[in-house]
Amino acid sequence: MPIEVNGKSFETDEEGYLANINDWEPGVASVMAKEDDLELTDEHWDIINFLREYYEEYQIAPAVRVLTKAVGKKMGKDKGNSKYLYGLFPYGPAKQACRYAGLPKPTGCV
Amino acid sequence: MSEPIKKFLYLNRRAPYGTIYAWESLEVVLIGAAFDQDVSLAFVEDGVYQLTKGQDTAGIGMKNFSPTYAALGDYEVKKIFVEQESMTARGLSLDDLQHLTWEDEDEDYAEKDSIQVVSRAELAALMEDADVVFSF
Repeated sequence: MPIEVNGKSFETDEEGYLANINDWEPGVASVMAKEDDLELTDEHWDIINFLREYYEEYQIAPAVRVLTKAVGKKMGKDKGNSKYLYGLFPYGPAKQACRYAGLPKPTGCV
Repeated sequence: MSEPIKKFLYLNRRAPYGTIYAWESLEVVLIGAAFDQDVSLAFVEDGVYQLTKGQDTAGIGMKNFSPTYAALGDYEVKKIFVEQESMTARGLSLDDLQHLTWEDEDEDYAEKDSIQVVSRAELAALMEDADVVFSF
């Protein structure tokens, strides 16, 4: 089902992930979050931007375990743990944050 | 009850593009790595080309997935074997391959080399030692 962002239509797959990663703009994340009744804070954006950088470098969306470790390394142990990340993204930090970031579903995510 | 950890060896024998085998293998490795198995990768024959630096797929309209090999360390895949004879036959050396590393969290994220060059005989022993060999 396509989503509407600032009057533009974005194609998504059956699980709500953006069909084309290059289409992404920050508004996509905001609209997706609103549908989940979530208000995006700077802390959310840190993770979303981190995921986009990760994809840019490695061409994959990381599994949650890998994301947690990588966040810990870059932003400190207080953020690189499941409690913090699930607090931000209750539907699963990798799955939900990747969707907001316009990435495909993480590799290794069942 | 937990299953005993098995030794999985993923054997990569084909050139990276032209068939889907190399990418499929890499995806299976990344998925499998989430399940706490003892994972090794081996690259032989044209498979050694999968790890070469400077791949450019613009001309063939396929995604260049070679940057993904650098994520293997994040997935705790630390044992990557490349067969010396296969490299020699193709005029390649370790310098032609990506420098793949993993970070040891216990040693303040010290970077350690993932790639080990092995002889054909050593690789045979590794295959013998593995519980499961996936050939791609």
